Amino acid sequence: MAKRAAPEVNAGSMADIAFLLLIFFLVTTTIEKDKGLLRSLPPIDDTEVEPPIIRQKNLFTVLINRNNQLLVEDEQMELKDLRQAAIEFLDNGGGENQAGETCDYCQGKRLDDSSDHPDKAIISMKHDRETTYEKYIEVQNELVAAYNYLREREASRLYKKYYPDAEFVYATMLEEKEKNQFSKDEVLNERIETVKKLFPMKLSEAEPDKN
Amino acid sequence: MSKFRKKDKGELPAISTASLPDIVFMLLFFFMVATVMRDSSLMIENILPSADQVEKLKKDRTVFIFAGKPSSQYKQFGTEPRIQFNDAFIAVEDVKPSVLQAISELNEELQSKVVIGLKVDKKTNAGLVSDIKQELRKANALKVMYIANVKTE
Repeated sequence: MAKRAAPEVNAGSMADIAFLLLIFFLVTTTIEKDKGLLRSLPPIDDTEVEPPIIRQKNLFTVLINRNNQLLVEDEQMELKDLRQAAIEFLDNGGGENQAGETCDYCQGKRLDDSSDHPDKAIISMKHDRETTYEKYIEVQNELVAAYNYLREREASRLYKKYYPDAEFVYATMLEEKEKNQFSKDEVLNERIETVKKLFPMKLSEAEPDKN
Repeated sequence: MSKFRKKDKGELPAISTASLPDIVFMLLFFFMVATVMRDSSLMIENILPSADQVEKLKKDRTVFIFAGKPSSQYKQFGTEPRIQFNDAFIAVEDVKPSVLQAISELNEELQSKVVIGLKVDKKTNAGLVSDIKQELRKANALKVMYIANVKTE
């Protein structure tokens, strides 16, 4: 009997099958980009140096109790008011900093019983062990937002001329820095540092009491 | 007639699609390789809190620590929030050695820039987080990122 040649398989639909698989993987791939609040922890310091005395008016205390209630400067406060309160405290500029300069860029009310200078203003935060993490992050977020608001204001005051189209100058500058991470832009970095220095982030956290 | 007329009669030859599957397969393999389903399977509930003042995280220099209540398949570990590192539950005092170990596995030039990514369930007690932070201070890994969902308003 004559050997019959095997019929050739039609490979025309191969592309379709491959496309199907490709689209499946395209859809299921999520190139995750995690985002979050970046904070630095204080290093452990064993030296027994007497901590400098901080005057009460330069300290903005935020307490969160186990029922997730906020106590700000000895008064109960809602979370939505925290940002504004922190901004007013940081921006007060009622006195002089260590070097004896007054805060000429502050737009606050210059009250005598609030912070002297953004250099001196410290936000102190303390929470209970039973506080939920969600509340803790919300409070952190509001406090960081207060700093970001003020830095944004200063950045647009100083550098708006370089970024005439940008709505948020500070955010644009940070984005630019992110993009140029392989080719360092000294001028840009210096500007960002200048803005950061005007409102240095002094956010201290006390350890919750053990009980 | 002119010489050029002759060429008219031939129709355009059909473009061979024989190599199309190869191209598509190449793309397919790329995506198959690039897809990371998940690094470590989570043994805890992990609903992140939301925030809007967020910064991007650089993945290459990050060590992740998870915390939260054990999820329903891992009920035998109790209902108290636990710390998960890679694929196992660890105790608070094991955080420091685990983190140091993970840092030493990183690329040398990134070791000094390491960021600890804290993926903590929003219902966890903040006390557990501050315990973790104490351990991180002991391990001298001071850069922490509280990973959060971006709030959309």
